[in-house]
Amino acid sequence: MNGILSFARRFARNRAALAGVLVLLFVGAMALSAPFVYPSDPWDMVTMPFVWPGEDAEVWLGSDMMGRDLASGIFHGAKVSLTIGFVATLLATLFGTLVGALAGYYLGLADTLLMRVTELFQTIPQFIFAIVVVAILTPSVTNVTLAIALVSWPSVARLVRGEVLALREREFVQASRSIGMGDLRIIATQILPNALGPIIVMGSLMVATAILTEAGLAFLGLGDPNVMSWGSIIGAGRDALRSAWYITAIPGFAILLTVLALNLVGEGLNDALNPRLKNR
Amino acid sequence: MTMPITSPDLTLKEKARAAFSRLPVPAGVRFVAGRLVRAIPLLFAVVLFNFALLQLAPGDAAEVLAGESGSATAEYLADLKARFGLDQPVHVQLANYVWRLVQLDLGFSFRHNEPVLDLLLGRLPATLLLMISSVVLAVAVGALLGVLAASRVNSWRDNLISVFAMLSFATPVFWLGLMMIVLFSVNLGWLPSSGMASIAAGYTGIDAVLDVARHMVMPVVTLAMFYVAIYTRVMRAAMLEVFNQDYVTTARAKGLSQRRITWRHVVRNALLPLTTLLGVQIGTMLGGSVLVETVFSWPGLGRLAFEAVYQRDVNLLLGILLMCSVLVVVTNILVDLAYTRLDPRIRIR
Repeated sequence: MNGILSFARRFARNRAALAGVLVLLFVGAMALSAPFVYPSDPWDMVTMPFVWPGEDAEVWLGSDMMGRDLASGIFHGAKVSLTIGFVATLLATLFGTLVGALAGYYLGLADTLLMRVTELFQTIPQFIFAIVVVAILTPSVTNVTLAIALVSWPSVARLVRGEVLALREREFVQASRSIGMGDLRIIATQILPNALGPIIVMGSLMVATAILTEAGLAFLGLGDPNVMSWGSIIGAGRDALRSAWYITAIPGFAILLTVLALNLVGEGLNDALNPRLKNR
Repeated sequence: MTMPITSPDLTLKEKARAAFSRLPVPAGVRFVAGRLVRAIPLLFAVVLFNFALLQLAPGDAAEVLAGESGSATAEYLADLKARFGLDQPVHVQLANYVWRLVQLDLGFSFRHNEPVLDLLLGRLPATLLLMISSVVLAVAVGALLGVLAASRVNSWRDNLISVFAMLSFATPVFWLGLMMIVLFSVNLGWLPSSGMASIAAGYTGIDAVLDVARHMVMPVVTLAMFYVAIYTRVMRAAMLEVFNQDYVTTARAKGLSQRRITWRHVVRNALLPLTTLLGVQIGTMLGGSVLVETVFSWPGLGRLAFEAVYQRDVNLLLGILLMCSVLVVVTNILVDLAYTRLDPRIRIR
């Protein structure tokens, strides 16, 4: 409890990180409230096309070329971006941690093989790999999430392997081994909890990257055709860029703000979890 | 008794390595050759991936290959199946696939009515021009900003640069490109918004070069922005690290000016981490160039990838993935070579 309190105090000292948390809470609230605030389908035509923001109080963020409410798209898009970002990161972190922990703990042949596979995934250009996977498996929220997870786990595996290598010969791990604790239990209860800090920091930055990747895929037309995401609004708005640039500008700004917030939080977590580094 | 030169307990691999190192070839050549050999399993695995993805694709592989789902006739599909051996068991198909790739036969793009390899090689120069220009710009601006930030830590200048880096790190690259088009093409009319040259204008000589340069400005700046952010932060951190080294204290004790210490002693060493990053970032940069080329209709590999997605030309898409993986491998070898030039403490073996 004391640990959590002092962590919160250290984190709160970083005002930029606090601002990031506020922005994230706001985006999260948008995502959760979308079905209630904008109960109708964001694809529905609700007004005249090309209503500029502020022109009509009914559609305060304006409407797109099909007369769809942009504000509704932004709210529903928040849900898509956050869900894909967090779920893809969770999957990548779990898998990367598993691979990295096994490689770092057992070393030898397991390490060589696992790290070779990791190296392979790091060689294939990530975004293009994601494009190919989604294009071939057909775009859907599940496939986009899986593709993003598939290209982002290697960095976690490398990080965790490094942490496990540094921890595996420490006294408390040797003590656990000497009292007959099993390998998996040592990894899960002794080593990984001590490597949690860097994993959490990397995770928060990975959510940001995942959101950018999802937006890029949707912009290229590789988003789920049944859900409206920020990237797909930009992709559609591009056709009207010359006459109605706000359709493109608004969702892009939402992405920018969310990604910025995640980066600030990641940095704040880093400072708060590794206090010694901060004071250097 | 004298020890035998090759002791019997050496593994085959070690023997091969020992024999290899006695060959009368320069170390650089040997290094590159060794790295290329190591890259083969890597590229083979990419090929395996490609094949697996083809198998995973919903619908018939022949339809996918044809990219004509629905519109092709039954005879045409049957002909395709026989031609690509799709009526044979999976392992035979894989062997055929690998054999074709070894012969540099990447297949045929039915949409473009051209062999995939020709298409790729035709689009490669435009992408290389875009990427190399962006790397040069990103390194130059990033290094400069990093030096400016590190030489006055926590000043308003440092903070301003940090904010700028934060923002460009978080900006979606395709959105930045679109917003630049709105500002510089639509509103100000300064720069062309798409393509690589004004073909209709029929420029020659220096005019043609200037024309391409004008078309390059926005795509290059857009692609570079994200990396400017990264390089700025890495350069700043590296500078601070080097400032703490003993030899900098010595330089200071000799009475050298701060400016001279910064530029002659610190910057050169702080540039090393940037070189490493270059190799790591090349893959993400290829991804970024898909988006940038799509936004600016730049006629490179990235734009080709977008077209392939749009036209469901899977064969072409897989060719692009393979080509880009090769580019990453080659770049990493080049970066390692450059590294040994920049830092004589590191020797290639």
